Amino acid sequence: MNEVILKIENLSKQYRLGTVGTGTLSHDLNRWWHKVRGKEDPFLKIGDTNDRASKGTSDYVWALKDINIEVKRGEALGIIGKNGAGKSTLLKILSKVTGPTTGSIKSRGRIASLLEVGTGFHPELTGKENIYLNGAILGMTKAEINAKYDEIVEFSGCERYIDTPVKRYSSGMTVRLAFAVAAFLEPDILVIDEVLAVGDAEFQKKAIGKMQDISRGEGRTVLFVSHNMAAVKNLCTKCVVLEHGGIVFEGETEDSLNYYLSNTRSIKRGISIIDDSHRRRITSRKIELVKIVSKCTNITVRSEMDFDIYLKVNEKDDRKVCLTGTICNDKEMELGSFFSKPFLISKDEIVVNLSIINHNLSIGNYYLNISISIGDIKNSNLEVIDHAYEVIGFEVLNEDVVDNYVIKWNKSWGDIFFDTKIEIY
Amino acid sequence: MNTKLSNKDEWLFEITPKNKLLSLNLKEVWQYRDLLMLFVKRDVITVYKQTILGPLWYLIQPLFTSIIFTIIFNNIAGIKTGGIPPFLFNLAGVTSWNYFKACLTSTSDTFKKNAGIFGKVYFPRIIMPLSNVISNLLKFGIQLLILIGFYGYFILKGFAISPNISILFLPFLVVVMALLGLGLGMLISSMVTKYRDLSFLVTFGVQLLMYVSAVMYPMSIVKEKLGDISWIVEYNPMAHIIETSRYMLLNEGDLNSKGILFSVIFTLVVFLAGLVIFNKTEKSFIDTV
Repeated sequence: MNEVILKIENLSKQYRLGTVGTGTLSHDLNRWWHKVRGKEDPFLKIGDTNDRASKGTSDYVWALKDINIEVKRGEALGIIGKNGAGKSTLLKILSKVTGPTTGSIKSRGRIASLLEVGTGFHPELTGKENIYLNGAILGMTKAEINAKYDEIVEFSGCERYIDTPVKRYSSGMTVRLAFAVAAFLEPDILVIDEVLAVGDAEFQKKAIGKMQDISRGEGRTVLFVSHNMAAVKNLCTKCVVLEHGGIVFEGETEDSLNYYLSNTRSIKRGISIIDDSHRRRITSRKIELVKIVSKCTNITVRSEMDFDIYLKVNEKDDRKVCLTGTICNDKEMELGSFFSKPFLISKDEIVVNLSIINHNLSIGNYYLNISISIGDIKNSNLEVIDHAYEVIGFEVLNEDVVDNYVIKWNKSWGDIFFDTKIEIY
Repeated sequence: MNTKLSNKDEWLFEITPKNKLLSLNLKEVWQYRDLLMLFVKRDVITVYKQTILGPLWYLIQPLFTSIIFTIIFNNIAGIKTGGIPPFLFNLAGVTSWNYFKACLTSTSDTFKKNAGIFGKVYFPRIIMPLSNVISNLLKFGIQLLILIGFYGYFILKGFAISPNISILFLPFLVVVMALLGLGLGMLISSMVTKYRDLSFLVTFGVQLLMYVSAVMYPMSIVKEKLGDISWIVEYNPMAHIIETSRYMLLNEGDLNSKGILFSVIFTLVVFLAGLVIFNKTEKSFIDTV
């Protein structure tokens, strides 16, 4: 099982920016002229790193630069990174859709890729005809599809509609059918791009389960790209983190996710000025969140959390306000919420000190979403007047959590530490 | 221990920046033969879905073209077609020409039309044009049937027409037409990925080409009518192919072995060149298309 099935060596991919237009011909001729004289392609030497946000100077950009990965047989490798980090480019090269600019990929197994669900589905053809067509496009032979046809139909749950043209299907049904075909592929290496973002919750669960079967049960190698951290965590044994076209981290899934979530996302710690990047919904902003300062430098499992929240009044209102918020873990999952006591605001600018006592959080990285609401709190008739997401991050540090007992908290035990009390009779 | 596994440098395949110059990779195409047939099936049954006349459209187009050609070229312009009814003469030419044209035009936008599917999944790209050539063959077969129908009709009416024994070589001629259409189409489709101008050229270029391909006139009148510029027909490989197909079907015109040889060699050169360029393009066209 330790055999290397896939080896990516010094893989790079260069893209041309801007439109392909009149400049194309002159660059092509220039390139050709260098080639005729036996010289290196002049445009390979230039090119910026792949940073979407910054304004580069070159017309050429390296979407991937010197990627080296080895994948062992039976491994499920997750590829994570921000938008534009080069994940999809890597998968495209792996699935032979486009060639690399330099470097190579060596493989000991058949690769099947699933960059999109339902590639080649023809709306006029029936479900059955599309199963065969799509299966063949993905590399199955007719005999293979015949053998699995019943399973595919059952997995898709579209049996009643199987002789109806796909154009009459709902979009969810199309996806189910398409994924069902892909799920029964039997390649040595399966390459999957973010395809689970579609379909209902039940189907997503089924799809992830199926992929787990493929990688663990059948011992196939899976390469998986997703922004769904829970899915990556469930499925992958190892991960690489891509940033600006290069690998910045490689290791166990847990470590990789921690690296990715703490290093590539920019949630401030300590002091955070709240601006439009934190706001995702339109609110009246009668009272505005301005700044949040974390008062504790070391938060431990048993300590209180203490924040100073700076507020500014834009429009006077006599009603009481209330600070509410949610605490999320680094996998973007909401763990719980808090509500402050309602209070009146008398000045234009005030500072509210908010403490969260008995937070019960275990070690790890967390962040806060904070909102300010106005209205009748007792009857839950609240109007949110400002809401800021991912406002401030903090880390809960390790401590001996149970009195007199040393317990080294393992992250797989979860995020919440429950206090216990025992009595012995 | 398996010897295959112990050899560390033995890989199933390697993905590198460049393809070999001429890797047709027939083995891979063979692996995907089911896909090829499914594409053919898809092409055939989806084109006329939700139409009333359905596959009859395959017949209407050559029939009307032949009628118009007969009116214009034979009745108005007075082109002589020997002992053959002009309508049959034109129908035979149009049928052959249509097959070549269909192969050429459908192949020439392979990359552009299929960018969506090519951008998401790999299979040997050549499958697409091959499936076009095969599904067009079916269309050609149906059109050949209508030709046979009119053949019978004119024989009953007392015309002394019969095919030449060389009709046994018609399949060979069809293959040459397919290869020529495929080769030219692959050349164009590879260049269209970068320079869209060519796709405009194809639509009307093919139409112009028809007029110099001896579709509605016999080769025999080319020399006497065109004189100095008769080379534009004589050096047109399609003209020889159409003329030969008519010779086979109607025993009309003459068999120019030099012309046929020229056409076959031309076809092979174009096909190989098309294959090389196509292979080169398929690797990275998705970045420019």
